[in-house]
Amino acid sequence: MSLLEVNDLTIEYHTEDGIFRAVDGLNFHLDQGKSLGIVGESGCGKTTAMLALMRLLPESGRIVSGEVTLGGTNLLALSTDELRNYRWARISMIFQGAMNALNPVYTVGKQIEDTLKLHKTVPSKMTKKTMEKLFDMVGVSSTRANQYPHEYSGGMRQRAMIAMALACNPQIVIADEPTTALDVMVQAQILDLLKELQRELNLSIILVTHDLGVVAELCDDVLVMYGGQLAEYANTDRIYNNAVHPYTRRLLVAFPDIQNPEAELASIPGYPPPLDNLPPGCRFEPRCDVSVDICSKKIPPEVEAAPDHLARCVLVKGYRNNQ
Amino acid sequence: MNNTNLEVKDLRKLFPVHRGIVGSILRKSQRWVHAVDGISFNLDKGEILALVGESGSGKTTTGLCALGLVEPTEGKILLQGMDIVELAHGPRKQELRQKAQLIFQDPYESLNPRQTVFRAVSEALGVHKLAKNDKQKLEIAVSTLEDVGLKPASTFLHRYPEQLSGGQRQRVGIASALALNPSLLVADEPVSMLDVSIRAEILGLLLRLRKEHEISMIYITHDLASAAFISDRVAVMYLGKIVEIGPAKVVLKDPLHPYTRSLMSVIPIPNPRRRQTRTVLKGETPNPIDLPSGCRFHPRCPVAFDRCPNVQPELVDVGDHHQAACLLVDRQIP
Repeated sequence: MSLLEVNDLTIEYHTEDGIFRAVDGLNFHLDQGKSLGIVGESGCGKTTAMLALMRLLPESGRIVSGEVTLGGTNLLALSTDELRNYRWARISMIFQGAMNALNPVYTVGKQIEDTLKLHKTVPSKMTKKTMEKLFDMVGVSSTRANQYPHEYSGGMRQRAMIAMALACNPQIVIADEPTTALDVMVQAQILDLLKELQRELNLSIILVTHDLGVVAELCDDVLVMYGGQLAEYANTDRIYNNAVHPYTRRLLVAFPDIQNPEAELASIPGYPPPLDNLPPGCRFEPRCDVSVDICSKKIPPEVEAAPDHLARCVLVKGYRNNQ
Repeated sequence: MNNTNLEVKDLRKLFPVHRGIVGSILRKSQRWVHAVDGISFNLDKGEILALVGESGSGKTTTGLCALGLVEPTEGKILLQGMDIVELAHGPRKQELRQKAQLIFQDPYESLNPRQTVFRAVSEALGVHKLAKNDKQKLEIAVSTLEDVGLKPASTFLHRYPEQLSGGQRQRVGIASALALNPSLLVADEPVSMLDVSIRAEILGLLLRLRKEHEISMIYITHDLASAAFISDRVAVMYLGKIVEIGPAKVVLKDPLHPYTRSLMSVIPIPNPRRRQTRTVLKGETPNPIDLPSGCRFHPRCPVAFDRCPNVQPELVDVGDHHQAACLLVDRQIP
């Protein structure tokens, strides 16, 4: 059994304007020490799914069905008290735009120490030492612990946020677009840091991003999401070299590749489907350039394109055998 | 016929560092941020030059100087032969503001949320007297919106930014610049806030516009991959200096400066099979107040040698209009 298993996760937002299904029957798993990339455009349910894993959905968000098991315990069934032993302690998250998430009026060191005290991760005498160790771990000199966030550069703030996510020794860290606002050199440094931490701490990482390049650098497996559903799920090598879902294929050629700058770029026309107006059939059908009749009528099931390679597309071989 | 649209000669821009009350009482000497420190380049009509570098390399300051929004400390900037500083202070200021336009990085913040698309695109037309009446404003707005791919324009005119997607907002931003019929566009990271799937569309749009309207463009980015795709020439900047400049194809095929090489090596390759050895530089660009001696890049340079801290390398021509400022570019080693 995997460390983290997500089965049939379905999430809806209940708002005044109606009920919107943001995540629909999502399945994936993550082993100890491995990393999973979750890829897709804005609005395809990546962040919603991650917030559900942390049980941090906004009030309007409802988990309609599904299970999230971490080491055999269903996180979705825990009471708030029980949850405390899991959230941040075993699974933690680096939020999108986390660089701006530090409190500007406290020193960075104090904010990390507070986290340690609150969770009683270490005896209170040890908090300062542990805090300094965390600084060391993420590559920020601990002499900067008593500086304020504004004295940090963007890359250092991101490192501080990683330190905070690691404060309670979690097994899994979810990083939501951890490098999006950083420039390429700092991005490379942060990716190296994540790789190193993964190796040293045997950490499992979920990396949420829309940048397939970043995923190729870091991840063992990739889950491509579209319209709240799994579009394709396989190991990294297969996704980049044997992708079968038209959406994945289009994503791969949507942006310049420095090793092949002459290649024709093909952006994906149109936009992801609005949640209040999902197409009746395949969610990608309106933007798909290889769709056939049945695509607009029926939501395709997840089919095995190869062992451990799932795709939700009728064109995948094996679909007809499944019927 | 002279084809040069923009000429930048020995541009320097220093910003004073605030000394504070104690500092001025103690008469501490004034310190300066060397944002741009002596750079020169030309931009032809319809040419796209990419300024590439990390945060703090001076690329945005260069762009703002070229627009006349920041006054250079030294050096000259000529737009179609006219001195920009004189223009910005003279009676023909309006002309400059019309000819040189900026496209912003973040389409979520650069549009006024209380202005309709029509107002965003047409407001400046009145200021610059490019439209005599409302009817003409409407005509120009419609044709510009369709030009940037917002078709049919009538369905967009009365929308507010919140009713548009990121890509559509950026198109509105481009349309408001384009409506004034500029000869110079400065695009500051125009796609970095957009989803990957939309970036190609916007880059393609910029390419088409420069072809159809013969607009020169300064494309500012930290991403060499998009620079390679969109630009004719690339200038790599480090701490206020151009360290390498040349035709995009030549520079990317044969990068000479260790900084350019390192920047290229850290771009994530979207395929694990083609993964390359990366040269990740330690730390960040040093602060531009206390500049390193000699070559500014030497403290972070993976191949620096004993002369680097002492000699400031100049740009050397290596053929193919390709120049690099590094002692290791052969002819400089004695």
